[in-house]
Amino acid sequence: MAAPTPLLELQNVTQAYGTGAKRFVAVSGVSLTIYEGEFVALLGPSGCGKSTLLRIITGLQKPSEGRVLYRGQPLTGVNPHATIVFQTFALFPWLTVQHNVELGLKARGVPKPERRERAVALLDKVGLDGFETAFPRELSGGMRQKVGFARAMAVEPELLCLDEPFSALDVLSAETLRGELLDLWTGGELPTKAILLVTHNIEEAVYMADRIVIMDKDPGRVVRDMKVDLPYPRSQKSASFLSVVDAVYAVLAGRTEAEYVEMGTAPGQPGRTRNLPEISISGLAILLELVSQSPTRSANLYDLARELKLDSDELLELAEAAELLGFATIDEGDIRVTEHGVEYAEADVTERKQLFAARIRRLPIFEWLLDMLEKEEDHEMEWDDVQELLEREFPSEEAERNVETVVEWGRYGELFAYDDSREVIYLETPDREERE
Amino acid sequence: MRLPKVFFPGQNLERRLTWADALILLGIVALIGFGVQLAKDAPEVVRGPEISLSPAVLPVYAALSTGRMLAAYLLSLAFSIAYGYWAANSRRASKVLLPLLDILQSVPILSFLPVVLLSLSAILPQKIATELASILLIFTSQAWNLTFSWYQSLTTIPKDLREAAGIFQLNSWMRFKTLQLPFGMIGLIWNSMMSWAGGWFFLMAAEIFNVGERDFRLPGLGSYLQEAAHQGNTRAILFGLATLTLVIVALDQLVWRPFLAWSHRFRLDMVHDEDAPTSWFYDVLMDSSLMARVRRHWIRPMAESFDLWIHRRAEAAPKRVERARRANWTAWVLTGAAAAAIAYGGWRAVGLLVQVPAAGWGQVLLGILTTLLRVTAALAVTLAWTIPVGVAIGTNPRLARWLQPLAQLAASIPATALFPVFLAALVSLAGGLNIAAIALMMAGTQWYLLFNVIAGASAIPRDLHFTAELMKIRGWERWKVFLLPSLFPYLITGSITASGGAWNASIVAEYAQFSGQTLKTLGAGAIIADSTARGDFPLLLAGTLAMVFTVVMVNRLLWRRLYKLAEDRFRMD
Repeated sequence: MAAPTPLLELQNVTQAYGTGAKRFVAVSGVSLTIYEGEFVALLGPSGCGKSTLLRIITGLQKPSEGRVLYRGQPLTGVNPHATIVFQTFALFPWLTVQHNVELGLKARGVPKPERRERAVALLDKVGLDGFETAFPRELSGGMRQKVGFARAMAVEPELLCLDEPFSALDVLSAETLRGELLDLWTGGELPTKAILLVTHNIEEAVYMADRIVIMDKDPGRVVRDMKVDLPYPRSQKSASFLSVVDAVYAVLAGRTEAEYVEMGTAPGQPGRTRNLPEISISGLAILLELVSQSPTRSANLYDLARELKLDSDELLELAEAAELLGFATIDEGDIRVTEHGVEYAEADVTERKQLFAARIRRLPIFEWLLDMLEKEEDHEMEWDDVQELLEREFPSEEAERNVETVVEWGRYGELFAYDDSREVIYLETPDREERE
Repeated sequence: MRLPKVFFPGQNLERRLTWADALILLGIVALIGFGVQLAKDAPEVVRGPEISLSPAVLPVYAALSTGRMLAAYLLSLAFSIAYGYWAANSRRASKVLLPLLDILQSVPILSFLPVVLLSLSAILPQKIATELASILLIFTSQAWNLTFSWYQSLTTIPKDLREAAGIFQLNSWMRFKTLQLPFGMIGLIWNSMMSWAGGWFFLMAAEIFNVGERDFRLPGLGSYLQEAAHQGNTRAILFGLATLTLVIVALDQLVWRPFLAWSHRFRLDMVHDEDAPTSWFYDVLMDSSLMARVRRHWIRPMAESFDLWIHRRAEAAPKRVERARRANWTAWVLTGAAAAAIAYGGWRAVGLLVQVPAAGWGQVLLGILTTLLRVTAALAVTLAWTIPVGVAIGTNPRLARWLQPLAQLAASIPATALFPVFLAALVSLAGGLNIAAIALMMAGTQWYLLFNVIAGASAIPRDLHFTAELMKIRGWERWKVFLLPSLFPYLITGSITASGGAWNASIVAEYAQFSGQTLKTLGAGAIIADSTARGDFPLLLAGTLAMVFTVVMVNRLLWRRLYKLAEDRFRMD
């Protein structure tokens, strides 16, 4: 077999935003080569920079450091040989299905008769004949994404990039569309040389790709590059499929580290401040209840995801939170509930609040915030001020998300209160209550 | 029935006053200073053309007025699209362009009329000068909200659509045609309708402007009405009003409704809308086979070849870098020239202002205070009647069905057209023009408030009404805990527009010529009109600037804060 031809190469690509103390690295030192004939999945939790990487690969965004080569040539501007299928479809609502598909061709100056012919043929291929004159809003989600695929394929891209194309669809449409895309791809009916799928769904990656590049966050980086040597069509129930999924879970869930590493440092202190996972507190309780009921007090994460009907990344966030609060430990894709976790699972509502409060008090970010509130004369701080302090550690969107989580957790644990109309976080002291 | 979206131009409420604001205010001072300099050379005596009161001239007059509106509107549209595009695409330019827009739209435009008229008539033949002044004035009343709407659309295009345009490599023209213009279309059309309504208001005032021996007039509907009122010709007044109403209703039915119905396709939301705007004329046009043929055989092929032509040109265009360097150089020269002009104009303006005696300044201050009081009174009286009536209409669909179209028709007649008629009725009353001026201000501004209250009242969720009923909240308590808080954001938006309109109206409300005699009362508007008549240019400059400054400050210090409060605390969604 001849050596595979590299199509796209990233060399030590880093994307950073801001400067000085406010500099944040979204993607750090990524090197990656995509070869002709490959179906690569870029897999990782939300916030790991996989979408940023996709924008760098297509030339929509220029990396702050590193080089992007396409067929050995440095990329300048948007890559004319690549195209994207968007998560949100990104169809122009005022154009008919046909005009949406023709759009890329028109921009390339393809004359009308040829444009029309190609669009009609493609719409036929994806099963949308008869819908040429419909507007996107008349179609179901699955059909809209078919238009998205037809539009992307109309320009005959060498590199087809899929940005979470199935995650806005209902389960059934997503399943059907995945199968149809795979049929076209494995049947050699696509003019495309390679496909790059960005996803956070582990099963989707294992089901579709023949190579999975796993990324992790803080900062966004590649942590594993694994081949998937399963023949198409793949059965999602087969033992070999499940073992690959398990292996991916093990990489993504990582393992519980020493406590001081897990909890990070307080904002403003040297070292990394822990980015708090975005979870629902009741979801955490359900997870702990379920796992603590098993005889071994442990469970396989992938099995849990199916049992709780959660997306892999939702479950991983829950597991991360459980780990951070000392309610569970994680190793090799398995979660084990600790004594604290069992206690929490068995407690009633008030006790749970107290336990939760005790656990989050240990987190450096809460220690730091409570300390500041104590020192303030009126024991209150504005949301914006807290966010501004956190912006030294995180990009502003993430800083805001972290303040949200801190406020939600703190309110639940009754560590402090929050006044939404004035946007201040405050300690509930007896004299304050009298005043109000 | 659909109401136009409530429009408030404060796109960035957090924005603090910056050096740019100061510079812009200085620029406006300089511009008015220039104008006043020129105005000194204006002819002492101006005689306008004879205005005929025969009903036979009405079609011609209507066409002339509409033509002026159209010219000003096209100018506004072109300006808005270019200005908004520039502000959205250049971070550096937007630092000056946005505050400039912000100030320009809060300035009482009628206060510029005397300066604009006099300075133009000094450099141009009188007929052209009057014509141009009216168009310029209408332009200044139409352009700003259009520009803001367009700028806002450009900066809020969803990221995925922008990325799609990028990845499919649309050139600038294609991006404009398939993304930016469609996305901004609904906003542009609603704001065009508002601009036309505003334009009529100023056209009516701009077609006849008498100051002392100078009689600026243009044949048109506005001058017809004024002349008719002047002569006390009731029949002519009725004919004039009927024609004006007819023109406005016809434009609404034949132009704006069809545009609205058509623009519905440009909305972004992906759900089917039951409440789509409809237009019988649009349906007729769409069903006509002649129109279909024109579209198929003329418009589409022409658009297609134009797109291809642009595509070929774009392919052959020089590289970006060179263009950017040239643009940079031009920008510096322009900035330098503008700075020099501002410095010179500012210096001349200061030269004029020092000629104003202390007594003059006292007079200006007193005038500003009086007009402020009058504006406040007009607002208070308006609020007092619009809140109960608006709530009654807004919460009672049956009442709304027949009252609302009536109110919309009444509102569409520009208040300035009625001023001469009102004057005749009001000056004989006690208090004379002093009180009449308040009524005249109200005539122009009450509708903004009424429609906002109706919109606010009909937006109160049904379950809140039921809850209030169940909890037996009645009488004053009902207003205090339930109705007024729900209406608050709408009251604020309505009041902002209404107070802006009242300041504007002060120029024509506080100083009037009626049946050969000049009526004036104490006030800033009267000072501006009167100093124009007497040729007291330093006082004219001082009065205009004082009014601009006051309105900008009131907006900044009062309305913005209230608006922010409304946004933060009293929003329903």
